[in-house]
Amino acid sequence: MGKFFELQFLTGHIHYLLFIVLMMTGLFIVVDKTNLVKKIIGLNIFQVSVFMFYVSIGKVTDGTAPIFPMDSNYHVDQAAMQTILYSNPLPHVLILTAIVVGIATTSLGLALIVRIRESFNTIDEEDILQIEQKMTRDDNQKYKYLLRDML
Amino acid sequence: MEFNSIDTITLIYCAMLFPVLAMAGNMAFSGAKNVRDTFTLLCAILTFFSVVMILYNVGNNVTEPVSLFNVFPGIDIAFNVEPLGLLFAIIASGLWILTHIYGVGYMRSNNEQHHARFFACFCIAISSVIGIAFASNMFTLFLFYEILTVSTYPLVAHKGTSESIRGARVYLSILIGTSIVLQLTAIIWTYVLTGTLDFTQGGILEGKISDWVVPILLALYAFGIGKAALMPFHKWLPAAMVAPTPVSALLHAVAVVKAGVFTMLKIGIYIFGIDFLSDTGASEWLMWLAAYSIIAASVIAMYQDNLKKRLAYSTISQLSYITLGMALANSMGALGGGMHIAMHAMGKITLFMCAGSIYVKYHKTEISEMSGLGRAMPITFLAFFIGALSIIGLPPLGGSWPKFLLIMGAINTEHYIIIAVLMLSSLLNVAYLMPIVGRAFFSSNLNSSVGKYNEAPILCWLPPAITAIGCIVLFFYAGILQDFLTPIIQK
Amino acid sequence: MANIAHVAEHTARDLIDHLPLLQVLVPFCTAPVIVLFGSRRFAWPLAFISSVISLVISVMLMMIVREGGYISYTLGGWAPPLGIEYRIDATNAFVLMLISTIGTLVLPFAYTSIKNEIRNRDHTLLYACWMLCFTGLLGMVATGDAFNVFVFLEISSLSTYVLVAQGASKDRRALTAAYDYLIMGTIGATFFVIGLGMLYMATGTLNLADLADRIANQGANRTVRSGFAFVIVGMGLKVAIFPLHLWLPKAYTFAPSAVTVFLSATATKAALYVVMRFVFSVYNPDFSFAKNTLEIIFLPLAIIAMFSASFVAVFQVNMKKMLAYSSIAQVGYMLLGIAILNEAGLTASLLHMFNHGFAKALLFMGAGVLVLKTGGSFYLQISGMGRKMPITSGAIVIGGLSLIGVPGTAGFLSKWLLVQAALERSADNSLFLVVALSIVLSSLLAVVYVWRIFEVLFLREADVLIPSSEAPIMMLIPMWILAGSCVWFGFSTDLLYDVANQAALNLLEGSMGMSGSILNLGMN
Repeated sequence: MGKFFELQFLTGHIHYLLFIVLMMTGLFIVVDKTNLVKKIIGLNIFQVSVFMFYVSIGKVTDGTAPIFPMDSNYHVDQAAMQTILYSNPLPHVLILTAIVVGIATTSLGLALIVRIRESFNTIDEEDILQIEQKMTRDDNQKYKYLLRDML
Repeated sequence: MEFNSIDTITLIYCAMLFPVLAMAGNMAFSGAKNVRDTFTLLCAILTFFSVVMILYNVGNNVTEPVSLFNVFPGIDIAFNVEPLGLLFAIIASGLWILTHIYGVGYMRSNNEQHHARFFACFCIAISSVIGIAFASNMFTLFLFYEILTVSTYPLVAHKGTSESIRGARVYLSILIGTSIVLQLTAIIWTYVLTGTLDFTQGGILEGKISDWVVPILLALYAFGIGKAALMPFHKWLPAAMVAPTPVSALLHAVAVVKAGVFTMLKIGIYIFGIDFLSDTGASEWLMWLAAYSIIAASVIAMYQDNLKKRLAYSTISQLSYITLGMALANSMGALGGGMHIAMHAMGKITLFMCAGSIYVKYHKTEISEMSGLGRAMPITFLAFFIGALSIIGLPPLGGSWPKFLLIMGAINTEHYIIIAVLMLSSLLNVAYLMPIVGRAFFSSNLNSSVGKYNEAPILCWLPPAITAIGCIVLFFYAGILQDFLTPIIQK
Repeated sequence: MANIAHVAEHTARDLIDHLPLLQVLVPFCTAPVIVLFGSRRFAWPLAFISSVISLVISVMLMMIVREGGYISYTLGGWAPPLGIEYRIDATNAFVLMLISTIGTLVLPFAYTSIKNEIRNRDHTLLYACWMLCFTGLLGMVATGDAFNVFVFLEISSLSTYVLVAQGASKDRRALTAAYDYLIMGTIGATFFVIGLGMLYMATGTLNLADLADRIANQGANRTVRSGFAFVIVGMGLKVAIFPLHLWLPKAYTFAPSAVTVFLSATATKAALYVVMRFVFSVYNPDFSFAKNTLEIIFLPLAIIAMFSASFVAVFQVNMKKMLAYSSIAQVGYMLLGIAILNEAGLTASLLHMFNHGFAKALLFMGAGVLVLKTGGSFYLQISGMGRKMPITSGAIVIGGLSLIGVPGTAGFLSKWLLVQAALERSADNSLFLVVALSIVLSSLLAVVYVWRIFEVLFLREADVLIPSSEAPIMMLIPMWILAGSCVWFGFSTDLLYDVANQAALNLLEGSMGMSGSILNLGMN
């Protein structure tokens, strides 16, 4: 257990810590806030934390951006290429996709919020919940199917 | 005969498909009642004829199973003919003809609604009864067992009143509940243990199961076969009496309940094996439970004023005879049980049809209201009297033989208390059946309006008269019946 | 991996070589085409044609892999594990077939239902979304690349949110249902990505087969383990595994009827397939943590779901909502099949996917027809409709019986197998006797809630104002095809059982199952 509190361990894993902090922040906002827009923001923070996580795991110590070195004739410098240490580009590429997905999700969520605002006149979850509970109660009242009949 | 060339399996399919055809006919001609009912009658006769042809072809031999579908490895939907099943099929399809005639009279005179739906469901029920009778393994049997349950539900709920819906719920919940929770578990367990579910002479479980599991498995089966109305799962039968009387007569005195005890005999003889049961003594407790059921149901029957309810409790008690026959675990018991299927069917259907006739003519359901009715409906009550004597088990009526065999079985296994139980039960039968007849014929408390001869419509009194004569005939042909059933107890 | 050579000889000779890709590509391309045409008249025919094509493709794929082995298709010729690979074996061919069959059958039904429930101007885009959702589900199942699973998952999820929200024209609660689903679905999907990230950290690959090879002896690696947890929880949200099911009832209740039919029969199943893939093929039940997850977490959760969701379903007064709760319970059965961890159990699980998909699609279609005729699916609204619409109600009865698992219907066979699986395990662990008992007991609850519909439909008086007329033929045909299949597959198991069994065997071989013999498409 002790090694988790050693400074070296902490600094070596600082990106994980940040990722976790960010992730929990995002999740907390999603759970805690009743404002629908804030929830979406929380969701974004949550997703961004994952992007960071992916980007960070692609990092190779002393690695550089994965771009082939050019010689003076703008050809790939084969000799130099052998000596350069690259970061892993694959997670970055993957996360590009995830970012696009994230944007789509956000925009769809916001579009839904607009529609919700139009039909419920509020974007506060508590209020919406009350309205919906009332609707359910009214339904059950209107379409009452006697419990006596059911059992 | 030219039908000789048709092989047995085709005849089995025919016997199962004619009722389905009848159902289709009922749907198609739901408007034209005469066409519809005649068509159904025709199908009923053809069904019976197919079954008789099977008898003609096969006799009391056991045929090889023929598979229709392979379901899982080792499990087929398959059919074969063996004496017990053939007997059951003959009874069910033969009595269907009579019950149909009776049913037409009853439903029309009584102005019941939804005839087409009624007869359509009836046909499916008969078809599945034939399926049960010829099933060659437990899987197939269970399949038709459940179809029978589901198809009889609309019949019980037929009137659509809240009382009948409640009755139908009790009916369904007990039958489905026991069959899914207990019987299905037992069947799958058997399959897991043995890898097969085929009905095999001498049983399939011997050597594959540790001794302490046998009573548990038997209990799962015995209680799981809710249709056998073993106490404490008997409540569905009185509840089902809200159905129109033809249903109570054919299904809840013959087809459905007999399907239950038939299944009970099948598992006793072909899944466990009689010898295996007697060697392990696993069925001892079942024997005592059946004995208890016999006595308790008879006692309850004495206190029922509603005629159909009284008959229902009587059925519960009589069904336990058959369970008892299986649980005695010797050949006499099994034979007696098998024979009782036929004898009780003939007697009880007579009683129910008479009860229905009374209802049709005078709308009386309570026994206390039936004083003096015997003089108005002499044929009906004479038939009732004969049926009652057969149920009690007095010679010269069919019902006396199985009781004799059961007592022999009890003597063989030295269960003398069981003999006492059987005797006591006969006395109780007298006590709850004879007063009905006595009150009808001899009560001084005459109701002026029912004093004169005023019999039910012919379609209502003729069928019970025929079955009553059947009870007498069966007494003299019981030997043939016994010979016919003998293969089931051969090793 | 040894399939490099195979890939080289496999570069695009014939159209049939591209079947695995076409399976996904056809509906994917249909979506923009529908939008570009922009005409309401063309939207439905286009969608239907492309669904039929995917159905044909999935059947062809199934024919090739049903005896075992797999098809490997590499996108653009990039060799796996770096390139994206589509890998079809009996398991996912089975699920592909389920999805495309349902997709094809629902569309004729959807035509009338959507016309009735949704504004005209939304139809074109709705069918485009429908196709995207279809694509996503097919893609999730067809692909052999973990990250690709995520991408397709999101394609299907995003379009699902839109489809669910379309119910707003009837009831505004559809909007919040879609929003809730969006929040939870996104959290789930993101969890899945986190899990993949951890797996990638430990192995450096995202190809499922390659992953399986590389973690085969990393059972103690904590990263691999936590990756497992994230993947299962993330996907479990989509499956609606018991405590993660909260989005489901609302979404199914308020979505347009046709959408509910489609989703209920396919969406959870595709996700469940992914769970199976990860539990059995990528990870391995030999890993103690995977096994523990199954027995300590899945098993109790499945049983709780079976009872509690069924219990809630009993007290519903709205048919759609009742069916939604029943879905949660039925997912419990499938999960239980996985958790029992033997051949019969896994076969039962796969078979139940199919059987439940059919039965539930049929029942939701029935609910859709009733909504069309009576304006709602509350019991009070639909009471007595059995007499007015006997043909529709007949199909509902068959679907209900199959849902209960009455013998003679498909549902019975899967329930039978499930009990059999539990009893087989009880030989070495008597706790499984309780499991077997709970399966049969909980199906009694199914009897109660299904029978209520029957009573409502047949034994009650109908509203005299509703004319007694049958549903349009376009709706009746798919319903009766489904009803017929529910009965047919209750007797004949040649097709489904054999394939499900083969699929279960594939899965049980663990990571080895992913590297069986390669089948060459061109030869067939």
